[in-house]
Amino acid sequence: MSPLPEIVRVLAFVLGAMAFVGLNAAFLVWLERKVAGHIQRRIGPKEAGPFGVLQSFADGIKLMVKQLVVPAKADPLLYRLAPALTMITAIMVFVVIPFGPSIVAVDLNIGLLLIFAIASINVLALLIGGWGSNNKYSVISATRAVSQNVAYEVPMLITVVTMVMIAGSMNLNTIVGNQGTILQWYIFPWNGSILLPVAFLIFFICAMAETNRAPFDLGEAESELVAGFHTEYGGMGFGLFFLGEYGHVFVGCALASILFLGGWQCPLGWLPGPHWLLLKTYLLVFVVMWIRWTYPRTTIYGLLNLSWKVLVPFSLAVLLVTAAMLKVF
Amino acid sequence: MNPLAADPAYETFVLNMGPQHPATHGALRIKLLLDGEYIVEAEPVLGYIHRMHEKMGENRTYLQFMPNTGRLDYLAALSYNHGYVGAVERAAGIAVPERAEYLRVITVELNRVSSHLLWLGAFVLDLGGFTPLLYVMDDREQILDLLERVTGSRLTYCYFRFGGLYNDVDEQFVPGARAFVKRMRDKLPMYHNLITKNVILRQRLEGVGYITAEMCRKYGANGPVARGSGIAYDIRKHEPYSVYPEFNFDIPVYDQGDSMARYMVRMDEIEQSLRIIEQGLDKLPDGPVMAEKVPKIIKPPKGDYFYAVEAARGFFGVRLVSDGTNTPYRLKLRSPCFSNVSLFGEAARGLLLADAVALFGSLDLVIPDIDR
Repeated sequence: MSPLPEIVRVLAFVLGAMAFVGLNAAFLVWLERKVAGHIQRRIGPKEAGPFGVLQSFADGIKLMVKQLVVPAKADPLLYRLAPALTMITAIMVFVVIPFGPSIVAVDLNIGLLLIFAIASINVLALLIGGWGSNNKYSVISATRAVSQNVAYEVPMLITVVTMVMIAGSMNLNTIVGNQGTILQWYIFPWNGSILLPVAFLIFFICAMAETNRAPFDLGEAESELVAGFHTEYGGMGFGLFFLGEYGHVFVGCALASILFLGGWQCPLGWLPGPHWLLLKTYLLVFVVMWIRWTYPRTTIYGLLNLSWKVLVPFSLAVLLVTAAMLKVF
Repeated sequence: MNPLAADPAYETFVLNMGPQHPATHGALRIKLLLDGEYIVEAEPVLGYIHRMHEKMGENRTYLQFMPNTGRLDYLAALSYNHGYVGAVERAAGIAVPERAEYLRVITVELNRVSSHLLWLGAFVLDLGGFTPLLYVMDDREQILDLLERVTGSRLTYCYFRFGGLYNDVDEQFVPGARAFVKRMRDKLPMYHNLITKNVILRQRLEGVGYITAEMCRKYGANGPVARGSGIAYDIRKHEPYSVYPEFNFDIPVYDQGDSMARYMVRMDEIEQSLRIIEQGLDKLPDGPVMAEKVPKIIKPPKGDYFYAVEAARGFFGVRLVSDGTNTPYRLKLRSPCFSNVSLFGEAARGLLLADAVALFGSLDLVIPDIDR
């Protein structure tokens, strides 16, 4: 047992999570701009600090010193609540993410369920942000975001159920603990179900769609809806949406690496620890960015068709095959 | 009219897209009546940057109007230069040396490629793909550098003169243009791999945003828009001007009429323009680039003259009514974008907002050309 009182430990973790979300967003913004730059034969930020690493902090300071202007006809309460809500959910999910065998704020036995319960609140933030702005573009964007999130939550949760069946636990640390070396990772078809790579693909696509990342960034389709739900936001209101989005991207990729790539476990069994989780997660984040800067945006019907006509049937098939295989073997 | 509109429970709302909107690429306003995200009616509202170019033409001399022609469709300014000098030369009966005509064709086609490249980047940007914009800028830069060497400007060219060109090209232009043709030919497969074969792009363009041939005729749409609807009309072939009859090139025509057809027409036109440039560089004759005995003050005889060229966006016509003085009595500019935007309202009906943006992008509109 930890020598510190439980409440102190949890508070320390929450503070750590908040600091991590901020730093992670700063790093990801910088990374995104660098990745975009190099994909587009540019350099990206390079002036602020070595390789421009301080660029995000400069941007953050600029956003923070700006006045938060509430549009005259906006709903003041909802308008102010939405960015905070998206940030709160991004921080709260970190409570159950295991960074190492003992580095987890609360080792809940229903951690996976809690993550999805909290992450679903994020869509509410987008909805009230879009609605509260009193802007037609924002409202269209908010409705898009809701239908998109509802559509993608279904295959994502079906896939998660599959994973829970294989791991036999909803405790994230147990799930990671089951995947010792690279051969035991749940992405490989010999670990329970031959369709596990498909499950990983479905989960990854859904995670991208859930976090409103391109090519599924219909919520903020800038060429159609100007900036979508955050059209009317400036200063740190926009900044929180921005930080929250990167927080959710990190959580989505961290979950993918926890469920399928062995989380904090080393591929060869040496020195398990948070560095492995971060490495795997940032690799997945890089893939997400790579996709964003390569593909055009899909449309709302293309997106919904992909979910209801492709991902839901496939994830159900994965679930059934996995259940059958678990029963037989 | 939508049959549902009679239903009292049927609710629509008006969305003003523009005059400041990222997808209109300029000060154009589209008044959209939306049912959810479906477009019930779309009405382009023009005139936000009307500058009265035609009126300006009536109160300045023929040469003084030259710079204005580069400011209509600023992305393909040389075609507009060509249309205007062609009209004045026809009116005043000025013969142009062959070298000047060849150089006109070469530079106009280079300008067409640069215009289509920028359209490609902006179009994919409308569809949410950011990266191709930066790639086409890189290639377009090569053209702008070439044209800057000979014309002195990079965007709003004013290179042609009545009876020839402002100046001859330097010794670096011909090898530079050849190098560009080679570079662009090498690059095109990359663009097709990155953009044309992209599954999301195809899904967004194929079968979406239909424009029928009848619609094109009704609104007078032309250029790549009409050629994407199966109308094989290109003034360079059908009413040849300048030295175009001496070139061997094809008119790309697609029958589908969807956004993808218009996309493919422009991609193929880049290839055809490269062919024309290459042939022009091979055949480029020596000689003067300016006709002798061009009067300092142009005073065309009384009459009504018309000259049309195929600009990057379609049929650009200049109607010149001269009363024998040194200023035109009337200068009517017939621009392709005006007729192409006119069909947007009909073509966008029933589309989703996102598809209407794709349709709008596939029309390749330059707003200053609409508003003139």
